[in-house]
Amino acid sequence: MAKITVTVNGTEQVMDIEPSLLLVELLREKLRLTGTHVGCDTSQCGACTVLIDGSAVKSCTVLAVQADGAEITTVEGLAKDGELHPIQRAFSAEHALQCGFCTPGLMITAIDLLERKGAPTDADIRHAIKGNLCRCTGYHNIVSAIRSAATEMRGATTPMKVGAEVKR
Amino acid sequence: MTTATPSTYIGARTPRKEDPRLIRGSGVFTDDVTLPGMVYVSLVRSPHAHARIRRIDAAAARKEPGVVTVVTGKDAEATGVLPVFITVPGMNGSKHMPLASDRARYAGDAIAAVVADTHKAAKRAADMVTIDYEPLPVVVDATKALEPGAPILHEELGTNLVFTYPVKGGDIDKAFRDAEATVKLHIVNQRLIPNAMEPRSVVAKFEAGELTVWSSTQIPHFVQLILSVNLGLSQNKVRVIAPEVGGGFGSKLQVYAEELLIAHLAKTLGRPVKWTEDRREAYLATIHGRDLVEDVEVAAKRDGTILGVRIRTVANVGAYLQAFAPGIPTILHAFIIPGAYRIPAFDCEVRGAYTNTTPVDAYRGAGRPEATFAIERAMDRLADEIGMDPAELRRKNFVPPDAFPFTTISGITYDSGDYGPALDRALAMADYKGFEKRRAEAKARGKHRGIGLSSYVEICGLAPSKANSALGVGWGGYESARIRVHPTGAVQVFTGTSPHGQGHETSWAQIAADAIGVSPDDIEVRHGDTFESPGMGVGTFGSRSLAVGGIAVHNAAQKIREKVIQIGAHLLEASPADVVVEGGKVFVKGVPEKAKAFGEISMAAYLASNLPDGMEPGLEATTYYDPPNFTFPFGTHVAEVEVDPETGTIEIIRYSACDDCGRQINPMIVEGQLHGGITQGIGQALYETAVYDANGQLLSGSMMEYHVPTAADVPPFALDHTVTLTKTNPLGVKGIGEAGTIASTPAVVNAVIDALSPLGIKHIDMPLTAEKVWQAIRKAGEARR
Repeated sequence: MAKITVTVNGTEQVMDIEPSLLLVELLREKLRLTGTHVGCDTSQCGACTVLIDGSAVKSCTVLAVQADGAEITTVEGLAKDGELHPIQRAFSAEHALQCGFCTPGLMITAIDLLERKGAPTDADIRHAIKGNLCRCTGYHNIVSAIRSAATEMRGATTPMKVGAEVKR
Repeated sequence: MTTATPSTYIGARTPRKEDPRLIRGSGVFTDDVTLPGMVYVSLVRSPHAHARIRRIDAAAARKEPGVVTVVTGKDAEATGVLPVFITVPGMNGSKHMPLASDRARYAGDAIAAVVADTHKAAKRAADMVTIDYEPLPVVVDATKALEPGAPILHEELGTNLVFTYPVKGGDIDKAFRDAEATVKLHIVNQRLIPNAMEPRSVVAKFEAGELTVWSSTQIPHFVQLILSVNLGLSQNKVRVIAPEVGGGFGSKLQVYAEELLIAHLAKTLGRPVKWTEDRREAYLATIHGRDLVEDVEVAAKRDGTILGVRIRTVANVGAYLQAFAPGIPTILHAFIIPGAYRIPAFDCEVRGAYTNTTPVDAYRGAGRPEATFAIERAMDRLADEIGMDPAELRRKNFVPPDAFPFTTISGITYDSGDYGPALDRALAMADYKGFEKRRAEAKARGKHRGIGLSSYVEICGLAPSKANSALGVGWGGYESARIRVHPTGAVQVFTGTSPHGQGHETSWAQIAADAIGVSPDDIEVRHGDTFESPGMGVGTFGSRSLAVGGIAVHNAAQKIREKVIQIGAHLLEASPADVVVEGGKVFVKGVPEKAKAFGEISMAAYLASNLPDGMEPGLEATTYYDPPNFTFPFGTHVAEVEVDPETGTIEIIRYSACDDCGRQINPMIVEGQLHGGITQGIGQALYETAVYDANGQLLSGSMMEYHVPTAADVPPFALDHTVTLTKTNPLGVKGIGEAGTIASTPAVVNAVIDALSPLGIKHIDMPLTAEKVWQAIRKAGEARR
């Protein structure tokens, strides 16, 4: 067993875990944060994407021990004090989700993009999210939602940073 | 008898009621369900596509830490056989058990179930199960499976032929005798893997004689029915819940082996049981789609008038017949091949074949994309043959607007249609007239540019129960709805449909809101739980939900409305004809200030002390709606592409579509359905294919080898619509779930072939990958040298 300390959605967790445990298993099975989904076993689909220290990472491809000391944000941590993150509002307003299975991963990837690039072009957006598969929406409205969230976040008076500072 | 329903919420872009939980990550999918004492199942699947099972040795697996039991086919015969809901004439059905015990018939056929305390322990122990196989000869190609001497999958049948299904009309021999022009095409409509983003999952528990099953299914009621019958449980003691379901596209339109098996294990072990497939397992053991080979011939006059269509099809059904498989290449394919055109002679024959591959069943569009691809590719080939503009050829042969209701040569009756305006709008959006200039401009840059269109008609609103019966579908095609207004005025709608992304909670609330005069915000729509629903629900597939289930909701809401008016008239001492129901109030026309709140009416219904004479207390209505006909949406899609001759890569520059699904309840949702559908159709045209080797091994066995379209692979979509109401139902709605997938595949392929036609290229098999396109360009270049 290995002892790790991770901060998940602002709460510090000290845990004894099997070294082979994947981060996504820690989130879903140990912490019961089931908003992070598993859609494949080859790191293609992106449904499991979470923020690790501000960067979008596929949590099926990270051992939980590798996240020792990190700050992790999952979909459950996006809303602050009941206030939805602009990307959550935009996904709903633009009908960027249908079945909702890929949605958490896509929103997280979008946040990573918007933290790095405040005014992305549509090509930037499509490039950034191409590691997140959606079978329902055809991406059209997802691109619109990310564009619209970018506009809102640029105009926001308070920074909308999620999780830790971006480290790149 | 009462005032017409004002349409306030129908047609509005109402935000989805489903979204708040899904964007917060609090929606519960089946794999999110964890119960105390739960055990986990890992299935041992055959690595061979065809093999006799000589011996199964699970002794070592049983000794692994955490293992509860290992179950083989002989131990699990109590599950009964998997159901097939459609029987076409002369069909050779297959016996399909959840666990194969004597013979494995495809790579992925389940043979043993390992049950353990954790998922990991179950997986580890599954590797310890030793099976002695005697490999048998394999056939993966459907045409070869029908040749003499082919390995036979189901020995008791003595043949791999599942059915021969003819659909004929008119004098086809005369059509070809009179023809001034003919074209022939050989089409491979390749096998696809549905790839709903949520893998399938089943959780079952058996407590106090009651079985509860959570399953990622599109048809919870059918699952409940079969579990009850097969496992010998009274139906009132079987509850099936489809919680959040992460996409289906037909792949969850089944009663699967794992549903029977996991429920059986929960019942026999007395502990909750969970099974969730991983994606590799999904590729092997969740149904595939399409996989038809078609030979199409068209007879026409030089002026473009079509005289007849002849088509011979071989459909690969895989190793076993799944629930709806016999109806896909037959009913949903053969009848709709004439599409948007007046065709005087038609001769179609479809043969189905068993092969050593994963079973094939409904995948978005299910038969209709294959039909549309065949006729729309043939139209382009004919246009090329006679030197006519493809749009004009289509227009010339369209069923004219004054011909509806129109009975096609295949014998089905289209409800309504006006195909010309949809074509005109799509062409205008695409700037079809200005295309040649763009082609020339692209040529100057060294690119081949092409434009392609497809005009489709699809069959929705499955189905009138009598038509189902006549066609061999073993169940009615109705849908159910119940509306319960609580004493306080809180409204709940229970629907037999089972949405998995389609937004029924929102659209059904809009429909009910208009009828009963309250806001959709005040209406809760519940679905996917057989203990809550009105008896029997048929489910969500085949673009049927709105035109059948939505109408059931509308009809139930009308009953509530009638009663609200009667009670309102009584309390307001007015004639029912003068009572208005809107804005959460009930009042006499012209006197809104003397209104009764909706909640006062509902309370009166339950207080029951001051109701009209003879009226039953309560405010609740249940309906079953059986549609009198199918519905037939239509439209035209136009794709414009550029091909890079150096690399063979294709870029979709522009995509324009004009669709007509009758009245739209929520245009935002309609557009979303089209976007997703178009993208799936583009996937078939350009990227997706399930590939087996000669030994029956699935080479495209993961998302690394099977390319699901990404955001970078598809363009934005320009959408427009026309509205041609149907008289089939009171709302005039048709359905839109599959139109995008049906229309986009031929539009994109036609565009690519148009781009390459100056090189003499007339055909490339799907998917049109960069490599295949590059090869075709090279070959064409060599041929011209």
